[in-house]
Parts: sequence; C-alpha cells; structure tokens
Amino acid sequence: MDDFLAARLQMAFSLGFHIVFSCIGMVMPFFMCTAHYLWLKRKKAVYLDVTKAWSKGVAIFFATGAVSGTVLSFELGLLWPKFMEHAGPIFGMPFSLEGTAFFIEAIALGFYLYGWNRFHPWFHWFTGVIVGISGLLSGILVVAANAWMNSPAGFDFINGQYLNIDPMKAMFNEAWFSQALHMCVAAFVSTGFAVAGVHAMMILKGKNVNFHRKAFQIAAIFGTIAACLQPISGDISAKDVAKRQPAKLAAMEAHFHTEKGVPLIIGGIPDTATQTVKYAVKIPKALSFMATGDFNAEVKGLDQIPKKDQPPVAVVHYAFQIMVGLGMAMLGLAVVYFIALLKKKNWAGSKWMLKLFVIATPMGFLALEAGWTVTEVGRQPWIIYGVMRTADAVTPMPGIAYSFYLFTAVYISLAIIVSLLLFRQITMVDKLYDSSSDKKIK
Amino acid sequence: MVYVVIIFLWTAILLYILLGGADFGAGIIELFTSRANRPRMRKKMYEAIGPIWEANHMWLIIVIVILFVGFPKIYTTVSIYLHIPLVCMLMGIIARGTAFVFRNYDAVKDDMQKVYTPIFVISSVITPFFLGIIAASAVSGQIDLQAQDFVSAYILSWLSWFSLSVGLFTVTICAYLATVFIIGEAENEQDGQLFTRKARRTIFIVMAAGGLVFLAAHSEGIPLLNWIFSDVPGIIALIMATISLVITFVLLNRNKPIMLRLLAGFQVTMILFAATYSHFPDIILLKGGDNLSLLRHQGELKTMEALGYALLIGSIFIIPALVYLIYSFQQKKGTKGAH
Repeated sequence: MDDFLAARLQMAFSLGFHIVFSCIGMVMPFFMCTAHYLWLKRKKAVYLDVTKAWSKGVAIFFATGAVSGTVLSFELGLLWPKFMEHAGPIFGMPFSLEGTAFFIEAIALGFYLYGWNRFHPWFHWFTGVIVGISGLLSGILVVAANAWMNSPAGFDFINGQYLNIDPMKAMFNEAWFSQALHMCVAAFVSTGFAVAGVHAMMILKGKNVNFHRKAFQIAAIFGTIAACLQPISGDISAKDVAKRQPAKLAAMEAHFHTEKGVPLIIGGIPDTATQTVKYAVKIPKALSFMATGDFNAEVKGLDQIPKKDQPPVAVVHYAFQIMVGLGMAMLGLAVVYFIALLKKKNWAGSKWMLKLFVIATPMGFLALEAGWTVTEVGRQPWIIYGVMRTADAVTPMPGIAYSFYLFTAVYISLAIIVSLLLFRQITMVDKLYDSSSDKKIK
Repeated sequence: MVYVVIIFLWTAILLYILLGGADFGAGIIELFTSRANRPRMRKKMYEAIGPIWEANHMWLIIVIVILFVGFPKIYTTVSIYLHIPLVCMLMGIIARGTAFVFRNYDAVKDDMQKVYTPIFVISSVITPFFLGIIAASAVSGQIDLQAQDFVSAYILSWLSWFSLSVGLFTVTICAYLATVFIIGEAENEQDGQLFTRKARRTIFIVMAAGGLVFLAAHSEGIPLLNWIFSDVPGIIALIMATISLVITFVLLNRNKPIMLRLLAGFQVTMILFAATYSHFPDIILLKGGDNLSLLRHQGELKTMEALGYALLIGSIFIIPALVYLIYSFQQKKGTKGAH
C-alpha cells in the first residue's frame, strides 16, 4: 500500500472511530441528566436506575472518546506534519479553547460519577449538566477547526507564505456555524436513535419493561426532535457549500455540466469517464432551488473545475445519498412517533412502533459517518481548501502502511470490547435494577 | 506573552509527570506486588486515583496543543523524527485508558478481568517508558535532519542507551510517586507497613536507575554532567532534590502522608527543573547543534497572544474546579459512594 493512501486511511479510520465515541459522550449526558431530573422531581426509583445505568455508559464512552481524541492530536502531526506546521498557529485557537472545555468536562464527570450521596442532590445533578454542556462546546470547537480546512480564513497566503495571521478570524470562518450546527444535531439524532433502538429491543424481549420504557421514551424524544430539525440545518449547509465549495456540491450531486435550472439527482451510478449518471431519479430544477433558493439559477458543474482539483465523485455522491436517505427515513419515523404521542396514544407502545425503532438503531450513526465522508472526501484533493494539497502535507517517513495496520487492529479490537461491554451492561439490567413497578422512595 | 505560554507548557509537563506519573505508577507497582496483596493494592489504588484519573490525559493534550499552536516547528520535527516511539506511547495510552475503564465498569466480573488487568499493567509500564525515551531523544542531539536513510532518520533518532535508560528512569519515578502517594490511603497498620516497605524499595530502584542514566550518558558522550553542573540553579536544584529524598526516607514510617507527597512532588519538580534549565530556551537539541528554541521558533505575535489568553482564561475555570474536586474527595473519604 502506498504511504499517502495509508496515511489517509489511517486518519479516516481514526476519525471515523472517534466521531462515534465523542458524539455519544457528548449527547448521553443530556439523556442521563433528564432521567436524573425526573428522579429528583418524581422520586420514582426507576428513573434513578436509568440514570445510574446510563452514567456507566457515559463513563465508558467518555474514556474511549478521550483516549481516541488524545491519539488524534498526535496523529495530526504524525501523519500531516507539513499541514500542522502552517495550520497549527492559524486554526489552533479552537483547539486551545477545546482543551479547556474538555478539561472541565472531565472534572465535572469526576464529580458526577463519584459524587452520589456526597453532595447536595441538585449540585450533583448540575455537575452532570456541566458534563453535557462542556462536551457539546468541545464538539463545536473541534468542528470549527475542521470548518477552517473547508473555508480557510484569518491569514493571507502570499508566495507560499502564511502571513498576517488572525486566530479569531480563523476560528469564526464562514463554515463554522453551518458545520457545527449540522454536527451537533447529527450527534443528537444518531445517539437518540441508537439508544432508543436498544431499549426498544429490550422492551420487545419483555425484560424489565418498565425500566426500558422510561429509557426508551427519553432517548426517542431527543432523537426524534433532532431528526426533525436536521433537514433545516442540512438546507443551511447545502446553500453554504454551494457558495464556498462548488466542487464539493457538484461531487455530492454528481453534477457534471454547468447549467441553469438543474435537477436534483437521487441515487444513480455516476460515470466520470462519460460524465453521465445512470439509473438516477431526477427532480426537475430542485438542485438549483436547494443550492440558491431560485429554481432557474445556474449551478456550477464539475466541468468548471480543473481535473486535478476535482474530488472523487462516486464516493462523495454515494455517501451523500446514504446520508440523506437515512435522514429522511428517520424523519419519517419521527413524524409517526409524534403522531403517536399526540393523537394515537395506543401506537406509542405498540410492537410495530418498537420494531421500527429497532430497525432504525444504526441509521443515525451510518448517516453520521456518511456525512463525515461527504465533507472530508468532498474537500479532496485539498487539506486546506484551495491552499494546500493533502498529498503535499503527508509525512516523509516511509512505511506508514504498517502504522495503518497497527491502528486498524487496535481500533477494531477496541470496538469489539466496547460492544461486548455494552452488551453486558444492557443484559445485566434486570439483575442490577429491580424496576418492575413505579414505586416511590422517601 | 510567550513567557506565559512557556510557563503553562512547563507546568503542564510537570503536572502530567506528577499526576499522570502517579497514575502510571499505580499500574507499575501492581506488577511488582505479590499475588496475595494484589487485590488490596488494586482497591486502594482505584479509590485514590479514580476521581481524578479522567483529568490526567488533559495535561498531555494541553502540552500537545501548546506545541502545535505556538511552536509548530518543534511539534512537527518531533512528530516526524520520533514517529515510532510516539506511536508506541500512543498504543500504551489507548490500551491503558480503555483497560482501566473496562475493568472498573464491566457489569460482569469474570474471566475478562484476566484480559483487562495484564493490558492495564503492561501499558502502565510502556507509556512512561516511551515518554522518557521521547524526552531524552529530544535533548540528546540524536535527531538528524540531514539523515538520508530510514535507520538513521527514524530509528537512531531515538534508539540509544541514553534514551533507554531515561525511559527506565521515568518508569521508576512513576512507581516511586505512586508508592509515596498510596501511603496516605492506608487504613490499617498492615497496609501501612506493606506500602512503606514498597516505597523504601522503590527509592533504591530510582537511585539505581538514575545512576544508569549518568553511565549511559557518559558512554555515549552526552555531556549530562556539564549540563547540570554548569550553572548554579541546576546544582542547587539537584542538591535540594537529594536532601529532600533523604528526608523522605527518614519520614517514611513516621505517618506523615501529606508531607511525603509534597516531598516527592518537590523532588520531581527539581529534577525537571534541572533537566530543562540548562538548555532553556532550547527545547530540541539536533545533531550538528542547530537547536530548536522556544523563543526563536515561536509562532506569530497574534497567535501567541491568542494562545496566552486562551490558557489564562482556561485556567480561571479549570484550577478552582480541579482543586475543589481533589479537595472534596480527600475530605469525604470513607463516605461510601454508589460504586
């Protein structure tokens, strides 16, 4: 395997792994605090049990996410030293603030996990809220740094030199808001659906139903609300990408020829040689409308972008289709769930509803990974869009393929152990917690 | 502002060695504890490091962030030429961090524990070992920017007796910190004696490893003695460290746990001071003497200002919270938590 490809794959793998853990670590605390709040208000033991069970999940995911995040901060330099040499001083601001947010999250988590019966109950609850808020903040900051790679700002690039650096401008680059919003909502969707799906399965198995119903409801409400908000954020992102990175949008939509009134392409197999898309469904003028708000507007196609600056079309196109498709499926389920909650109470606990949620368990995370692929692969061949090529940033050290095999093996074994651990946490629920009734304590 | 950043960098390194070091040490002494005493040792260790261990990675992250934002040339040089020991250290960090959580949060306590525990223990040795190698390689002039072949560029940059001996020394320092730290956790006479005995033995091992470092430096022509004894502050630091080590030794069985912890912390601070002072502001010594300096290789003014303010603002939030965290768990020990 050639070193450049190995470095890209290792980075993709590390980020793809980290993103799952950090999203869960970022969103689960909010579920946990909601259950904790309900326990403090209603004094039903089942909410305390849910809180404690979830707090163990938070601990496992936080630790794994912290470790994979530490590794990433090294990998940036190990794999892309030329990028970091120039980019570090420019886009470092969000990273230095993220350090603080993450530190506070770790401290708050220390208070929360070890603080049962040691502090005032509401102070203890509040430390859990801090875990969630600071986690979300670090997520936003890290995404702001990634947004800078898509939308470089805060410096002048003159004769290969990076001059007049302004770290604040770099942090608040044009893409930071749309990307951070899309990512945060995605974290809620994917974690919400994953957690709800797992508890739905346990309800269907008929074990400790009361416990799992309460847990399911909290996760499902978070996930479905987020799923309804995501299309709005997606629209903001699409318009933003159309303006800043026409090459990315063109690859997402496999849009080869610059035209007016461009149709939206759904599915299909793009062929870069003939510049056509086979077997696709086309919605007339929809892409022009989505990208600009005007049905007849011109949308730049790949023909306007030099061959050497084009991202790989097929990967980006398929990833985008997967993301949108799964997003729509979850939106549909969310709408059905809301109808159930508001109008058809007997739907909410029905078997078919739970089964739908079980099917939807992995959808959020698959969509998340697909979306990440769109934004990262869609930026290629650039590591800093329009400024530095990824191939020019890679480390001079040969033999990166071995490093890639090593990291892959480690991440795969970690994923297996974490899954085993979660499986055990979930199956132990009926032994650890007796939540058969809505009994109140105190 | 660059000095504010440098002080943060140095303090973060020190705190990582002290707190993270005690944390690594916990795993190291588990390895050197008889099978019979192991469960008791482990339980005490978990109670002692549990609440703050989540925070320990952060010191390392702060060090890395300061380096890549403020001193990118230094960060990238280390990343390129010390790639291999860095990857080894990262493997240690991954294995250790996850094994620690897994063994404490696995809902079923069964044979899987036999998988987690060795991973935790071995990675507790590997991580500080490579950390020491990296630090030693950075200051011993082994990195050769002109190297043409793989071995001299990426292997000989860190593989030397000096680096290996510093790696070993770092491991013993971690073990020492942990043994001194845990003395205060003993609840009965028997535990107290066990921990004191451990601490005393560790002191001898630290001194032996320290001697090895000097021997290795001498045999490879690294002027370690010159560095330390060429200026007064270095000499003073080393003398203070030695005196306090003697005091520690005397106090070991006098039941003064807090005093002991402070002394151990003081010694490590002095060693780090002596090791860094003579080179300052140089931080990476390259082959051929073209060194990387914290002052000459700093980022642009605006970057350094932003970084400095970010660190200052961050510490306003972090320090009180961290102090309160450690304080509350010291105060309320004995009150049983939910775990």
